Order: sequence, then structure tokens, then C-alpha cells
Amino acid sequence: MSSPTSPFDKFMTPAVRNAYPFVGWVICAVVLLLVFPNILGAVYISQFAQYCCLATVAVGIGMAWGRGGMLVLGQGLFFGLGAYMMAMHIQLADVPKGTAPAYLQNVGVFDDSTLPAFWDPFRVRATTILLIIVIPAVLAYAIGVAVFKRKVKGAFFAILSQALLYAFVTYINANQLQIGGVTGLTGLQHFFGLDLGSSDDQKLLYYIAAIVLLVSIALMIWLYRSRFGELLVAVRDAEERVRFLGYDPANIKLIAFVVSAMLAAFAGALYAPINQHIGTGDFSVTASIMMIIGVAVGGRTTLFGPPVGAIAIAYLQYKLSSEFPTFWQYFIGLLFIIVLAVLPGGIVDLPKLLKKAKYLVDDLLAKRKPATPAEVTS
Amino acid sequence: MTSHLGETPISESGYLQVRDLRVSFDGFIAIDGVDLTVFSGDLRFLIGPNGAGKTTLVDAITGLSKGTGTADFNGKDLIGVKAHKIAQLGVGRTFQTATVFEQLSVLQNLDIAAGKHRKNRALLTWRSGIPDSVAAAAETVGLTDVLDKPAGILPHGQKQWLEIAMLLVQDSKLMFLDEPVAGMSAEEREETGQLLKRIGSERVIVVIEHDMDFVRTFADSVTVMHAGKVLSEGSVEQIQADPRVQEVYLGRTAAAAEADSVAAAGSVAVATDGEA
Repeated sequence: MSSPTSPFDKFMTPAVRNAYPFVGWVICAVVLLLVFPNILGAVYISQFAQYCCLATVAVGIGMAWGRGGMLVLGQGLFFGLGAYMMAMHIQLADVPKGTAPAYLQNVGVFDDSTLPAFWDPFRVRATTILLIIVIPAVLAYAIGVAVFKRKVKGAFFAILSQALLYAFVTYINANQLQIGGVTGLTGLQHFFGLDLGSSDDQKLLYYIAAIVLLVSIALMIWLYRSRFGELLVAVRDAEERVRFLGYDPANIKLIAFVVSAMLAAFAGALYAPINQHIGTGDFSVTASIMMIIGVAVGGRTTLFGPPVGAIAIAYLQYKLSSEFPTFWQYFIGLLFIIVLAVLPGGIVDLPKLLKKAKYLVDDLLAKRKPATPAEVTS
Repeated sequence: MTSHLGETPISESGYLQVRDLRVSFDGFIAIDGVDLTVFSGDLRFLIGPNGAGKTTLVDAITGLSKGTGTADFNGKDLIGVKAHKIAQLGVGRTFQTATVFEQLSVLQNLDIAAGKHRKNRALLTWRSGIPDSVAAAAETVGLTDVLDKPAGILPHGQKQWLEIAMLLVQDSKLMFLDEPVAGMSAEEREETGQLLKRIGSERVIVVIEHDMDFVRTFADSVTVMHAGKVLSEGSVEQIQADPRVQEVYLGRTAAAAEADSVAAAGSVAVATDGEA
């Protein structure tokens, strides 16, 4: 029988339990806002700005999957929606009215008469921001109502969320003239007055991405401590029991899923200008699984595990893919399997594993000892 | 079938009146026209061999399984109502295997049970201190000292009490307890029985139980189920004297057929059904 307590419990006096999220958050803030900007060069700073976006997605996955038990395999859907909406606005804002956005110019179309009507709302900055908030939330709500109210869970939900992402990716890839196709939306130049080509402005974007990440973690500190956070864990562990206490578990899951989708969309909307390009490869099925791996490695039920794991995996992915361009994915896959096999709770389970290993070693030594001649004769 | 307590519920006290309840799973009839009337202050035990339909009956009344017929609880029909709405009407239940939120503390478990008495927006707030209803329920079942412990590390008996305490916090006026003393020591059984007597005066309580000693000691009345129907109903003495009950419990083993004392009926029931 496995104990539900973590090895940290003995340090977890109520005072420590109350203080540690805040102390952890301050450490994250110091590292993200003071340390990283000073040690990272111009190239790395925009790379880490992207990692901050992925970490924000991970924070949402941590809530939906770690606390809520919903394996959100297709979180790239919301990330991609946010990213594309922002990129569409930027491409429209980059050119004078009447001129085709860059993706159409790339294929030899120079006036915007063939631009699909769904681009129109994104000419206006305020509408764009509003839609980035509303569309992913409404979509997640609709998916959630359809799924959770019917008590669909586990693998079915995971497969469904991945299938929806796949449909979204396929639609974009197949529609070159409507939305940029496989090429994506490239050459993004300006973001709300910032010059995306300038390294100073990229540094500013890094700060924005880092602050968004910090705010999302702060949101989780609040939600996890609230009665909602307790109820979410209760729903994850014994959904029927919650039902018989007078709650509809579907509503609790729905809130967590919508919040995680909105976080992913915000992150995507920042990722596109930082990357100056968005394509389906950035949030494909594979990319979405990478997000899940980061969360699993960091510790999906913890507060800081998902963002830290996401940044670590993204950095590892970058390092490995430049060292071993053809088979780096095997390393990450192997890491995922190892984590699932021996550290199901993520790296935070490491002390527990070491303790277990120590017992095993002690046990072996204890068994061996009486057999030594010195022990027998003395 | 006529209840020994009569057909017409007294409006002043709480009651549950089940009429012609039927449940079937893909053609298999699990509950075959059950009538049941229970009043508050009458601690009712539901007994019967494995597969008699006791848990299924509770499932149908609490909204877990679909059934037909009526289950009138203080004037409201529960059949066809969603499980969480039934709970909001003041109906609570426990499960055969103690189901508590293992990762959460005892305090958190009890606090969640108090949720239906709070406004929805309270979900977004942090808890400050221990709510009165939680403190009172923890005191009643003797869990005050372990409020900060994760529920998962509690011994089995305390988990069962935690479940009962959750029903108290929930302030259920109709409670179904599915084998609440399974796995408890003799003293724990005694305490649980006393607790049920205490809280039962103003609530309708139905207890599914296999332990005949426990039934004999604490039941005000007993309903015996067999093959999806109510076989017999009455006081402990009445049902023990009922030849149909003896047949159901004794007719199944050759050795038991020789037993002629009414008391033996109880111990055989324990021996054959105790593992469930």
C-alpha cells in the first residue's frame, strides 16, 4: 500500500506549508526577473521568453491534469488559437490597409481583396485581445460541457482533446490561402508598438512573458489554497463521493479546464511575437506531448513542478536537438518513460526513491553481514 | 406489501416512502417492485444475502442507478433526480468501501462536506479557522485530534467515522450507511451503534449491514431483502421468527438446515456473508 504522504511531510509544519508557496514564488521572481536577464545573452533571452510561454501552458496543464486528473493531451489547440489570433493581428498591422498581409505576399498576392472574412476582426487591437480571451474560453467550455457532463473521463478525454488539436492543425496546414498553410505566419515585425527585430524590445518581451508566468503561478497559489482547489483534488480522487456531497463534479472540472485553456491561449498570443513566426509545428501533437512531458517530469501535482519541468525540458530539447538532430526525441521519450516508471510524481519524488534505494542497500548489507567469518567467530 | 408501521406517513416527522421501485440492468431485474417506509427516529437496518439488491436499492434512491417507481422523501420524489441534486435535498450516503479524499486532510474532507450550505463564490476563498459544523462533527465522532492528518493515513475505523462525520456536516436528514462497521473492532462497533442511535432521533437512517450481532443490538426495525424484493419487515424478533427469513438464510447450507434455534440464523448469516 502506498502512502499518500510525501517525504517532505515531516518538514511540512503548518507554518512551512503556509509560507512555502510564497517563498517559492519570490525565488521564481528573483530568478526570472533578476538572474536570467543578466546572465542570458541576446539570443538566449528571446529563447527563454519562449520557454516562459511554454511554462505558462504547463502551469495550466498542472492544474487540469495534476490537480484535476484531466489528461489534456491537446493543449496545443488553445495555445495555437491564441498564437494565430495574435499573429493575424500583427500581420494585418504590419502592412497598410488594402495591402495583403505577408503570408499572401509570399505567394504572390498583393492586395487584400481575397483575404477571408474571418481576418477582419483582427484588424482592431482591442477586438483581437478580446477574442484571444473569449474564443479559447468558449471553446473549452463547449468541449467541457460535452465531455464532463456526460461523465466521459480518462483515456477517452485524452484522445478527444488530441483529436481536436489534430483537426485544427490539419485545417491550417491545408489552407495556404486562408491562413498560411504549412508555412505558417512568418516575418512578424511589430507587437503593440514594439519592434520585434530589436534586441531591446525582445528583452522587454522576455520581461512580459516572465511576468505572465509569475502571475499564472500566483493564480495557482490562490486557487490551490482555495476551497475550489481542495474540491478539484477531491473530484480527481473520488468523483462519485463529491457528487453525493451535493456538487456537480462536471462544473468543478469545467472551471479548471477553461482556466487552463485560457492560460494556454495567453501564452500562445505572446509566443507568436517573441518567435516572430507561428506555424503548426509549434503546437502540433508532438509539441503538445512535449508540454505534457515537461509537466510530468517536474511533478504534475505540485505548484512549481510544471513550470520548472517545462523550462527544463524545453532547454534540454534545444540542446539535444542541436547535438543530435536526428534522434534527440528518443532521449526525451526515454526520460519520460523513466520518470513514469520510477518517479510517477516527477522529480519531487526523487527523495522518496533515494530513501527506498537506501533501505534496499541497507537491507542487502544487513543480510550479508552475519555471513562474514569475522562476525561468526566473534 | 404493507409496512408494519402503516401506510400513511406522519407529516411532522421526516420520512422516506418508496413505492414499487424497480431497477433492471440489461434485462436483469435487480430490484423488483420494492415498497419501503422509514420514519425518523426508527433506526432501520436493511439485511439480506449477497445479491439481494440492498446496495442497488440505495443506488436507485440516491441517483446512482436509474430506477422506476417513487421514492418520496418528505414530499419530494427522488427518482429521476440527478445525484448531486438529491444530495442538495438533504440525502447523504456512504459506500461499502470507505471513500474519503485520501490526499486531503480530515479538516478538508469535512469542510468539503459543508459546501452545499455555502454560496458558490465561497469556493474561491481560503478557509480561515475551523467552521463550527466541522468542529462539532469532528467532536461527535472523536476526530478532533487528527483534523490536520491526511485522511488516507487514518485507520479503517476512523475512515468510516470520517464518512459519518461528513454526513453530519452535510446535515443530511436521510442517511444511507453501507456496512458502516465492517472491519471495526468490538468497541468501535459499540461506539458507532451508540452514535447512530444518538443522531437517528431526528433523521431517517437506513443501514445496510451483515453483522447480525450489530443488527440485533441497535436495530429499531429490520427490512429483509431477497432476490430484489422485500422478504420480511418488522422488529428484530419478528424477522427472526419469520420462517421465510430462516429459509433464505438457512436453506443454503446443509449443515445450517439442522440448526433450529433462531439465534443460529444470525450467526450463519455472518459466516456466509461476512466476506462481502
